[in-house]
This record gives sequence, structure tokens and C-alpha cells, in this order.
Amino acid sequence: MSTNANATGPILEDPEVPEYTVYGSDWSEVADEAVRLGQQRIVMNMGPQHPSTHGVLRVMLEIEGETVTEARAGIGYLHTGIEKNMEFRTWTQGVTFCTRMDYVASMTQELAYCLGVEKLLGITDDVPERASVLRVLMAELTRIGSHLVAVGTGGNELGATTIMTTAFVAREETFRVIEAISGLRTNNAYIRPGGVAQGLPEGGVAMIRDMIPKVKEGLDELALLQMENPILKGRLKNVATMNLSACMALGITGPILRSTGLPYDLRKAEPYCGYETYDFQVPTSTDDDAWSRMVIRMEECYESLKIVAQCADRLERLGDGPVMVEDKKIAWPAQLSIGSDGQGNSPEHIKHIMGESMEALIHHFKLVTEGFDVPAGQVYQAIEGPKGVLGVHLVSDGGTKPWRAHFRDPGFNNLQALSIMAQGGQVADVVVAIASIDMVLGGVDR
Amino acid sequence: MTDDKNLEAVAPAGREPLTLINVREGMFGAKGDTSGFDGLIQHVQMPGASERPYGEWFDGVVDVLTELLGDDADAAIEYVVVDRGELTLYIAREHLLAVAQHLRDDQDLRFEMCLGVSGVHYPADTGRELHAVYPMQSITHNRRLRLEVAVADGDSHIPSITSIYPMNNWHERETWDFFGIVFDGHPSLARIEMPDDWVGHPQRKDYPLGGIPVEYKGAEVPSPDERRQYR
Repeated sequence: MSTNANATGPILEDPEVPEYTVYGSDWSEVADEAVRLGQQRIVMNMGPQHPSTHGVLRVMLEIEGETVTEARAGIGYLHTGIEKNMEFRTWTQGVTFCTRMDYVASMTQELAYCLGVEKLLGITDDVPERASVLRVLMAELTRIGSHLVAVGTGGNELGATTIMTTAFVAREETFRVIEAISGLRTNNAYIRPGGVAQGLPEGGVAMIRDMIPKVKEGLDELALLQMENPILKGRLKNVATMNLSACMALGITGPILRSTGLPYDLRKAEPYCGYETYDFQVPTSTDDDAWSRMVIRMEECYESLKIVAQCADRLERLGDGPVMVEDKKIAWPAQLSIGSDGQGNSPEHIKHIMGESMEALIHHFKLVTEGFDVPAGQVYQAIEGPKGVLGVHLVSDGGTKPWRAHFRDPGFNNLQALSIMAQGGQVADVVVAIASIDMVLGGVDR
Repeated sequence: MTDDKNLEAVAPAGREPLTLINVREGMFGAKGDTSGFDGLIQHVQMPGASERPYGEWFDGVVDVLTELLGDDADAAIEYVVVDRGELTLYIAREHLLAVAQHLRDDQDLRFEMCLGVSGVHYPADTGRELHAVYPMQSITHNRRLRLEVAVADGDSHIPSITSIYPMNNWHERETWDFFGIVFDGHPSLARIEMPDDWVGHPQRKDYPLGGIPVEYKGAEVPSPDERRQYR
């Protein structure tokens, strides 16, 4: 090995320097001891268990009084080997794994992965329009949910619990629709290679239309709570600043990049799923700070609601129809329906394969247990997630399982900016910086 | 094992085979099955090098890069592959830094962002077992291409591009952690996801997935990577 760098080892390597382990109650003793020794350098460990770290993030802070002189992020505490696991499951089963990475924006990952698989299969243009509209609908509802969690928990971390509760109430309205369509609130496994798992349930369009004013009401309430709030302004304005050149050096995307004035959004730059046909704006700011990122997230929620309304109109116009590619060698054979005891296998489908057609049963069995072959090669698919550019690198060896699936989680990349945002600021502003990066450690560590 | 007939059968028509992804034996995961396909050997190749014209804006970018590299161009750009509408440049590792510098700085290329580095392990590709794949993104020209560097397992050193793309700092640490590719010149190539004292590089193909067999009503279900499965 040519390297012996340690990510989580002691920052102080001098054995002469005394080390203390403190758990919060005995601060005064340590402070007295530090005064006695005349040591100025204090390294503070924040996390991995800390309510403001969006999962399990460890931040190593070197402080001088209240000023942060060095900040390092230590990650890996939530690493679950999702990418490795995907190599042992079929292409379709991969959806259930990747949806669990950034669990606040589940369907974003499903969408990126499925678009990648479809590109490998060469069936991108075969996906029915209805499926693409449903994908856009789900991606935007997920974006609203993710932004509301970012804004809400960001407020909660500063002590404003009502910002959190208001945001979560509004997010719950999006979950009601997501649950009615996909069967699950999060970790949906709804978007599948070739389309989506199922179409709209009865009354689906009306349900979406009923939801829009409720979410808007929640956003309005949240805006009223925040926009003129002097404490919030004092805590967020000119804090955790990062300008455009720093963003370009560190590959930052998403609301952080847009807060520097660059309107870069893959939904506009490289449209997928027909985003070029929707009417929406890309909010930006030139303030470079935590406040502007919060405002951009709020504005994006309103823009997403506009897209959701357009999706409802399109779904009404398209009516019933297929939500999967026609190719029966790829399309998932099983169908779901809602019975008296909740969602489950469709009785008609079970009747068909168990009672009517031996061939249908064989087909179902082969496709569900073996999966479908994907021609050898590699692709890269990037989409605009709520947190920035989400990239997927997929390699196929021509078999029924991915040879390699790699996700470029925007949070993983953006968390590199923590040092720049936090150094030179106050200890209390580290929490603001983390909240304004808005990463989810499930996605960062995968 | 390698007979030419087999190679021809799976190599895309009209292209020189490039990366050997995998050599598959039999039809199923378990050995000694009764299907009669047990002796089947398949060599699976990546799509091979493309011929000009590459199409879209690809020719222009390759031309500019070739011109900037000058005499080194032939040695630096090993292959150009266009597949599924995506451009991949296979780069010799000695020239990676020069290529990255040109891609970032030249006004006609201007790939401002490198979206990380994804490692891939191809144990069957003798002498080129470990690949590092760099997805590049140009905001100015709204383009995307891929650099790929292949190294041998015993000599898995690639120069770090963090001096040109600082954003790749954590990504290179991740690829070192998971694949054991050493990025020379990285400011602090520490493990990032696994603990510092971890032994091995978990996403290599020779590293087992792990897991334990589960007993259910007297029968034992093996761990996921030990199960009988389709190939």
C-alpha cells in the first residue's frame, strides 16, 4: 500500500499533547484544564450521532473560541454496500436497492437508474408517454418532499420546530398521492425499467388536483413563517457562503450552484422524460449564502407544483393505456390491484397464469426469477435530482444482472464543500452549513 | 479456452473487440447442472473501437484534443468508442493529466466538471483488470463524454486528477477504497466509506458479497452470492 492516510484517525499525532474525551456534561472541567495547560487548540468531534447531521455524519472541528479554524467531514457510517448488492440481483430488482440510497428522494434514484437501463437496452423511445408523465409527476412530488425536508429540518436545527412541523404536514400531502399511486410512501420501487409499475388508480387525476392547493397552502404558511423572520435572516444571511468559482472547483450542483447565479438545471440543459415540453422556471439568486439556498428550494417547490398540475392535465387527456414498454420480454408481467385488504397481486393476473395459460405462467416465472438480458456495454445517465446532478454509471456483461452500478450522489460530492463553508465561521453556523448543503447520508454512503 | 469462433460470436459486428468484460461458463450459477449447457463458454466483450466519422460533435472534440496533444496524441488516446450515443476515450494513464488539462482549459472543449471516477473490475481482461471511468460534463457546450483508464491489477496506479479537478478528491478516495486503485498525487488518499483499518477492497469481483445462510423450516437458504442463480 502506498498510502497510510487515515480518514478518522486522531488529528493530533503528538503524544505529548493531552487528549480528553468529553460527552457534554463536564465542559467546565475541560475548560479549566485547558486554561491551566495553556493549550489553545481544541478539536471537537460533532457526530456521528447528532440531530443536525441528516443521518450519521461525523464532523471534526478545530476551534479557537467560537471560531472554526478547520472542519473535516468523516463519512461512511451509513455505508450499506448497495452498489455491490445490485451486482447480485436482476436489473429490475436493482430498483428496490437504489431507491433506498437517498431515502428522502427515493424516486429520483429509481428514475436515473431506469433511464440508464433503458439506454443500455436501447428502448428509451419505446417508453409510453403515459409512463413518462407519471415519472415526471413522481420526480416532482419527490422534489417537493425533499426540499420540504431540507427547509423544515434546517429550521428545526435552529430551534424553530414549527418550521419543521409545517413542512412535514405539507410533505404528507404529497405522500398521500404517492402512496395512492405506488402503494408506498417512500422506497417505492415504482419506476421500473421500461415504464412504471402501474397506472393511476381510479380518481387519480382528481386526487392530484385536490393535493395541489393543500401543498401550496403549506408552502405559503412556511413562507410566511420564514421570509420576514428576523432571527432566521440573522442566522442564514451571509452564512455558509460559497461563490461560483468555488462551486465549479468542487463540482457543486443543484440549489447551491443556482444560488451563485448559474441557472444550470439538467431538466432544461439535457431534458429527459419530455421535460422540454413542460412550462417551468429555474429559480436562481446571486447571494451565495444559506438564506438564498433556502429561498431557492421554496421557489422550486412552487415550480414543481406547476409541473404537477401540467402532469394532471396530461394524464386526464391520455386516459387509460399502457405504462410499460410493449416488449413482453422486458415488461414486468405481474400486475397489482387494490383489494379489500390493501394493495396486492391482481386477481385477474393470478387467474390468467394459474388457471388459463401455461405459457403465461412460464413467461411470468422466467421473467421474475431470471430477469431479462441487457446487451453488453456501458452508459452514463445524469438527471437533476432535488440535491443536484445525480449520475448513474451502469455496465452490463450481457447478462441479467448489472456488472457494475455506480451512483454519483449529489450529496456525496456537495458535502466536500463543508470545509469551505464552515471554516472561519462560528461553531453554531456549521449546523447551518450542513443544512444548506442538504445531503442525506443514506445517499452519501450508499 | 479462448477459441476464435467464440470471440467472433459475441463481438459486435465490424468492430475490434476491446474490453473483455467476462468469461461465462455454463448457463447457471451452480456447477454440474443437467441442462446440457454446462460446458458453454461465452466471452463477453465491450463494444469495440469506432471508425470515423463518429457523428454528432464527437469528431470535432477528438480533433481538437488530438491537435492539442500534438505528437503524444496517438499514445495518449488508445481508442475512441461511440456506443449508444455516448463518446468514450480510452486514455493511457501517462497522458491522463495532459488530457484532463486540455479538456478543462481549451475553449472548444471546456469540460468544467468531472462527475467523479467510477471503478470497474474486469478480472478476465488480463493486463487491464481495473478500469477507472471519468464522466466529464461541459456546461458551456452542454456535452458529456467519458474518459476510461485501464491498468493492470498488479500495478494499479493512476495519476490523481485532483490538481485539475479538485472535485474528484472524495471520488478518488472512494475508488481507492472500493477497488484498490492508487491515485498518485492525491493530497490524502484515505479510505472514505470503509473503516481505516479495513482489509481488502470490497467492490472487486474477487471480494465476496458476504452474508450468512438462513435456516427456514429445516431448509437452509444460502447467502445471496452462494445461491443457485441464472447467469
